[in-house]
Order: sequence, then structure tokens, then C-alpha cells
Amino acid sequence: MSERLRRMRKNGVFLALPTILWLVIFFVLPLAVVLVFSFMSRGRGGVAIMPFTLGHYERAFGIFMIILQRSISLAALATVVCLVIGYPLAFFISTRRRRVTRQIALFLVILPFWTNFLIRTYAWRILLGEEGVINGFLLGIGLIDDALPLLNTQFAVLVGLVYGFLPFMVLPIYASVERFNFRYVDAAQDLGANELRVFIRVVLPLTLPGVLAGCALVFIPSVGAFVTPDLLGGTKGLMIGNLINKQFGGSGNMPLGSALSIVMMAVVMLSLLVYVFANRRQARA
Amino acid sequence: MSLDASAPRLVNEAAMGRNRAVRRLGTLGLWLNPAFAYFFLWAPIVILVLFSFNASRSVASFTGFTLKWYNNILNNVMGAERAFSTEIMLSAFRNSLFVGVIATAIATVLGTMIALAMARGRFPGKGLIDGLLFLPVVIPEITQAISLAIFFKVAFDWIATISGERILPGFHTIILAHVTFNISFVAIVVRARLADMDPQLEEAANDLGANPWRTFWRVTFPLILPGVVAGALLAFTLSLDDFVITFFTSGVGTSTLPVFVYGLLKLTVTPEVNAISTIMMVLSTLLIGISLALQGRAASRT
Repeated sequence: MSERLRRMRKNGVFLALPTILWLVIFFVLPLAVVLVFSFMSRGRGGVAIMPFTLGHYERAFGIFMIILQRSISLAALATVVCLVIGYPLAFFISTRRRRVTRQIALFLVILPFWTNFLIRTYAWRILLGEEGVINGFLLGIGLIDDALPLLNTQFAVLVGLVYGFLPFMVLPIYASVERFNFRYVDAAQDLGANELRVFIRVVLPLTLPGVLAGCALVFIPSVGAFVTPDLLGGTKGLMIGNLINKQFGGSGNMPLGSALSIVMMAVVMLSLLVYVFANRRQARA
Repeated sequence: MSLDASAPRLVNEAAMGRNRAVRRLGTLGLWLNPAFAYFFLWAPIVILVLFSFNASRSVASFTGFTLKWYNNILNNVMGAERAFSTEIMLSAFRNSLFVGVIATAIATVLGTMIALAMARGRFPGKGLIDGLLFLPVVIPEITQAISLAIFFKVAFDWIATISGERILPGFHTIILAHVTFNISFVAIVVRARLADMDPQLEEAANDLGANPWRTFWRVTFPLILPGVVAGALLAFTLSLDDFVITFFTSGVGTSTLPVFVYGLLKLTVTPEVNAISTIMMVLSTLLIGISLALQGRAASRT
């Protein structure tokens, strides 16, 4: 390598600087402001004023704990449901014999997600509403006498989350099943392992990287969901994202909203750490 | 099971029977699961489109075909009595395109620059930069949205006290926000392309006496162009589609299409909203289809 090229490579840092500067100003700095705000008191109109206080965190882990718990458990439940639906689906897609079939099967999973997230979520209002499609159908065939309260419940939020993020589970698992060599299954069976054992000892460990990535990709946006609970949850399905949103309205409380955001960030960071840690352990094993 | 008769019996008869039963159940499951999954994925969309043509206002049953709701949208009617402005919807759409084009242009330049620096440069702190690029992709949108909203408010308050000039949120704040979340996506796509490229080509150009500027425009750029185009299209799509971050950073009169549509969806289920949703769905499917076709052509040319 010539001296000139070496110099050029060192100068690469100048090429990176404008972007780094942009991200520091419009990404890091705003997060830092949120962190500082979260320790400040609430002033008139919901703005942040001195002195510093821990009060917002006390409330976040006090009266708002129930909403925090609900967000985490709904996100966890959505992740599990996505896994239960997504894992066999990814298997089904990647075990189709013809390439064209595989591509079409995968395409059919991705295509609905070209639609705007708002509209996909709204579609469930048509289905779940009191005068919606599902209730209309069930009343029509005489299975129920009164409309079921499906919309504006935690169940509706769960359905919305699963619907919103299912491809994030399917795609990484599909990628890892694609790489999986099915001869291992034959080998294990020839050695006398039964189906369950083959799955637990051979198939699952080898597709685990995809499963872990899928779980992280579903759990993280679910915890921070705002649109889904906003359109489907009503007051019963309120999640932390909605609570944060409320702090920025007319009778808002920006420092409280900031504190809630920091708590949510902490949950996200924690789940990322779990993901990285699990991935490392898996890679070593 | 491929045990031939002479091989030692490793599995007893009962276990074999159980295995067969489990396998049959598994095969059934392997068909039922995708059937359910595809139904789950497609039913809401099919129903949304179907009921945008339903003659009755109710979505409880399909009573006949009509184009009435589409006609209503074009004639400023929304719901039975609510006024709706086709003009405002179209201006929201124009806003979306305006924001999308500018944010995409800036994000593509910045994202490509950092991708090049990370792939070819030798300097310390790369791990930290990687983290900086990775974070905007993973943190929840709402966090990014409110942090930008707070940041702009603080910054504009500050500017107001210093210069007496009051800046209001508007297109500039939406564009700044969109560029910020798009940079990482462009960088990821361009880096993938750079990773596939042979660095010896650049070294050869250098050995032949081309300066870095010339090497970039004559060798590197043409080779990574499909990646840059793909990154730009991704950025444009994300920008057109974004609701949460735009919602928190937009000002009066600068609503983009998703922000406008959100206002409608929040209220109630009406056939007109179903019709608008259907139109938006067709548009975005077309847009992404075209961009994928372009990418496919760009990739097959090189």
C-alpha cells in the first residue's frame, strides 16, 4: 500500500466528522437534554424549572408502575406469540422445495408491511369494534347475543402488537433456518434421538441466533409502542408510550415525560444487553 | 427413518409408533400454522379494502358494491355530516413529498460519507461510532420523538432570548428529525455494498496515479451507486411513512400525510377513511414495488 493511500485512510476521519457532528447535535444532545429535564421540577405550562428533584422517578416507579408493568408484560407476551406463530412459519417457508415457492411465501409475509403502520393498525379497529366485522359475524350466526368488548382492551393491543411486528420475528428466523443443514436431523435420528430430542438438542440451538434477534426486534418496539395502544387500547390498554405522549399536551409535565422516557430507554438498553449476552453465550457454546 | 433390517435395533417398536404419531401431528401443525398465519396477516387488509366498497355505512356486513365513499373524498365529504377537505389532504401529501426529498438528499450524502469512512478509513473510536450509528435504529421512536421535541423547544427558547427572534417548528424541524433517523439506515445499506466491493480496485487506481478525489468519482462511486440508490429509496420510504417522530416535530400547517391520516383514524371507523386507507395502501405498494424493481435492475447491471 502506498504512503498516499495510507494517509488517505487516516484522513477518513474527516469524512466521518460531518455525520458524527450531526448525530451528536440531533441525537445525543437531545437525549442528554431529556436526561437533565427528568431531574428538574415542573413549572407553569409543564416546562422544566429548577430545582433538581427525584420526584418524577418516584412517580414513575410509584403510581405509574402498573403501566410500566403492563407495557413490559404486553411486549413480552407479544414476543412469545410472535415466536409461536413465527417460528413454524419461518420453517414452513424455508423448507419449500422450489425457490420460487419460497420467494412467494416470504413475499406474502412482507407485502402487508408495505402498508403504512397507522393503516395496518386501523384495520383492526374495523375488525374488533363493537359494530365491527368479528362481532357482526358472531352475532349474525347467533353464537353471541351481545357484542363482545374486543376493542379498547389489552387484548386488542396484544393483537395489534403481534400484527405490527410479526415479520421482525419471521425474517431473522428464516435467515437462520435457511443456513441450517437438515442432515444434522438425519444424523441425530440415526443415532436414535426422538423428534422432541432432535428439536431441543439439534434444531433449536442451531436456529437460536435467529430466534434471539427476532425476540429483540419484536420486544423493543413493542415496549415503546405508541400508535398501537393509542388506536386500539383505549384507557384500559394504555402503555408507557401513551403516558409519555400525554405529558406533552396542554396540561403536560415535560420533566415527568422525560423521566418516563429515560425509564423506557433503560428497559430497552437492558433488553439489548440481555440479547448481546445471550448471543455471546450461544456463540461460545 | 432409514434403518435397514440388518442394522441393530436402536429404537423399540413403541417408541417408533410414538415417533410416527408425533410426526403426523407435526406435519399437520406445519400446515395449519402457516394457514393461520397467512390468514392473520392478510384478513385485516382484505377486509379494509372490501369495506371501502361496501354500500352500507356499517362494517358488520357487506351489503353491496359502491364507489360512493371514494366519490365523497373527492367532494370534500367525510362521514355523514363532517366536513373534510380534499385540498388539505393533498397539501399534506405535498408536504410529505417535500420533506421526504430534502431529508433523503441530506441523509444519503451524510450516510454515504460515514459508510465510506467506516469501511476504508483507519482511525480510532470506530466502535463508538458504530454504537452511535446503531442506536437510532433500535431506540423506540417515541423516545427519539420527544427528545427532539424537547431539544427544539429548548434551542428555540434560547435563540429567542438571545436574538429576540422566535423560531417556530415547521418543515425545518421535521427535516432535521428525518435526516437524523435516516442516516443510520443509509449507512447500513451502503456499508453492505462496500463490503462486497474489492478494495484492490481503489488501490489499483491509486497506483495508476489517480488522486483520491478522482479515484472516488471514477472507481468507488460507480461501484457503490446501487447501494447508494437503495439507501436513498429506503430513506425516502421511511420518511414518507413516518408518523411518530413527525407528529412531535411538526408545527401548524406542516402536517405530513401520515399526521393528517392519524387525525382521521383517531375519530372513528368510516367508509371514507377505509377508502383513503385503500388509496394510500395502493400508492405505497406501487412506490416500493417500483423502487425494488429499480434496485433489481441496478444490481443486475453491475
